[in-house]
Amino acid sequence: MIHSLVQAILLGGYYALIACGLAFMFQVMRIINLAHGSLAILSAYLVWIITDAQALSPFISLLIVLPIMAMIGWLLQRAILERATKGGELLPVLSTFGLSIVIDNLLFQHFGANTRTLASYVGDLSWESYQLFDLWIGKLPVIIFVTAIIVIGGLDFVLRFTSLGRQIRATAFDSDTAGLVGIDARKTAAIAAAIAMMTVAISGSALGLRGTFDAYAGAPQLLFAFEATIIGGVRSLWGVFLGGIVLAIAQSIGALIHPQGFLLGGHFVFLLFLFVRIYLNRDFFNLGHWLGKKSKGESQ
Amino acid sequence: MIIKRSNAYSKVTIITVMLLLMVLIITPFMASDNVLERLTVLFIYIIMAAMWNTLAGFGGLVSIGQQLFFGLGAYATIRLAHLGMPPFTAVFMAAVLVGLLSWPISKFMLRLKAAEFGIGMWVLASVGHLLVNLDPLIQGETGTSLISLNVYQIETRRVLIYLAALICMSGLLIGLFYLLRSKAGIAMQAIRDNEEAADSIGVDAQTVKKWFFIFAAFGTALAGALWLAQALSFQPKTYFSVQWTAYMIFMVLVGGIGRFEGAILGALLFFAVETWFADTGVWYLVGLGGVAVLCSLFFPKGLWGAIESRWGLRLVSVGYQVTEETLNQLSPKNKITSRSE
Repeated sequence: MIHSLVQAILLGGYYALIACGLAFMFQVMRIINLAHGSLAILSAYLVWIITDAQALSPFISLLIVLPIMAMIGWLLQRAILERATKGGELLPVLSTFGLSIVIDNLLFQHFGANTRTLASYVGDLSWESYQLFDLWIGKLPVIIFVTAIIVIGGLDFVLRFTSLGRQIRATAFDSDTAGLVGIDARKTAAIAAAIAMMTVAISGSALGLRGTFDAYAGAPQLLFAFEATIIGGVRSLWGVFLGGIVLAIAQSIGALIHPQGFLLGGHFVFLLFLFVRIYLNRDFFNLGHWLGKKSKGESQ
Repeated sequence: MIIKRSNAYSKVTIITVMLLLMVLIITPFMASDNVLERLTVLFIYIIMAAMWNTLAGFGGLVSIGQQLFFGLGAYATIRLAHLGMPPFTAVFMAAVLVGLLSWPISKFMLRLKAAEFGIGMWVLASVGHLLVNLDPLIQGETGTSLISLNVYQIETRRVLIYLAALICMSGLLIGLFYLLRSKAGIAMQAIRDNEEAADSIGVDAQTVKKWFFIFAAFGTALAGALWLAQALSFQPKTYFSVQWTAYMIFMVLVGGIGRFEGAILGALLFFAVETWFADTGVWYLVGLGGVAVLCSLFFPKGLWGAIESRWGLRLVSVGYQVTEETLNQLSPKNKITSRSE
């Protein structure tokens, strides 16, 4: 029981990792990027290609893929999102959904139906584990969990304490006024998209390391990321981190109840949180509200 | 000042549609089996496009989870037929049941905005898929068939399904036409254009959206049930696949979102593209996705929007129109004559 709880918390680290990019883009650009999952799978394939061709460690391949994904994020913002966000609420949904179909099917066209994994390139790491009292805890899930903390902490730090973070927050709050005080809103949004895509690259690699992936695996990743974001409350990145863990625990409980209950457990908890968020005070599940942070002052 | 609800085009349209309907009704006596089957598929596509357009085009509600209703419509048909209901009654009753179910769903989902609503619906579709999988009758992903249709000879069956699809399509389109011209329809279009402004003049957005949502759920479920009738076998994975919504989005975006004629034109185009290019497999899907992106970014009014703004052509008059004729009547001379009449 404790064993499966620990496993669930570590899985939650992965969900937090994939969700933080989605939540970050929502906070900054006010859009939910429906191609998020597909882009994670794309980066997993990129890491796989480089690892396979150059016989490198996936961790080094990831360092090469990070700037590639940042470029893709920049282009994505300039070519599609910038135009879509100007056209109202519907266009970002339609265009990013169309983009996800294109990415999924191009990946399928190129790589076929076979599943791929990065686990075979890291040797013993894929199954090695730490012993803690009676518990065996896999090294890889721990690495992913710690990575999630570092990535979210890093994003949070950049947003709070750096000049870039101030520019991003100002642009997110009111891009016209930000322009008046000399912030290039277009550039800032593109940088934010590039940062978000780097987190996507990390989460794609994490997915490839902890299991298998195929061309159409993007949609479930998008749903997990979205669920973790909603459960955690979209305003706080640390809330998203908790949301990922809650989602993973709910899935594990679902799997205990019924063999097919893994996904259902997660979906039900997501719907429950959505329900509560809609019908009760909207601040109820916002972490900042409870910790007495300045989130209220910032949002006004 | 006289503002009319019809114009010269729409009168021609009504006559053309009547003639076309008559031709379509007698088609089964002349056309080959293959043609009948393809036409049935086309009718179902038109239903799907029109229903998705109802939500997104007129209501501003982009649902990525319409496959929920498509799949549930088929599933409910299987269940009702299993209880001994005649197959065509089951098709209709299944859609009614799904329409009823969509009422509580609407209460909940319509509180969400834009992409949240879209993905929320997608999650619900996934929930629907997983729950249907748990039903022992369906046997998980193996699925089952609509056996009760076997009481009909294969030729009779083909004609019956064709006629059922034709009746459902016509009924839904006529229903949509009157819904759009009703008070709720005008309110809906006001909400789409600017929800806050609509709210300030006393439009109850939630109630209006609810009715459009239920109507679209009913229609999409009918499409799913009809698809089951013509395909016979039910596999949850196929029916609850997000590709149905992708098709709907493609049809509506290309044809012209928020235009009655647009969804129908889009369905015809999609049908043609599918007939010619479906063999290319994955490239065909890449093309659909790409065209959807390009249309939403560079061609947001779609084909019908372009036709409409270029020639001022409106075949189906769902709104009020100030025509040239009406403007002439505004000049003093005509005003007097119109008064004296």
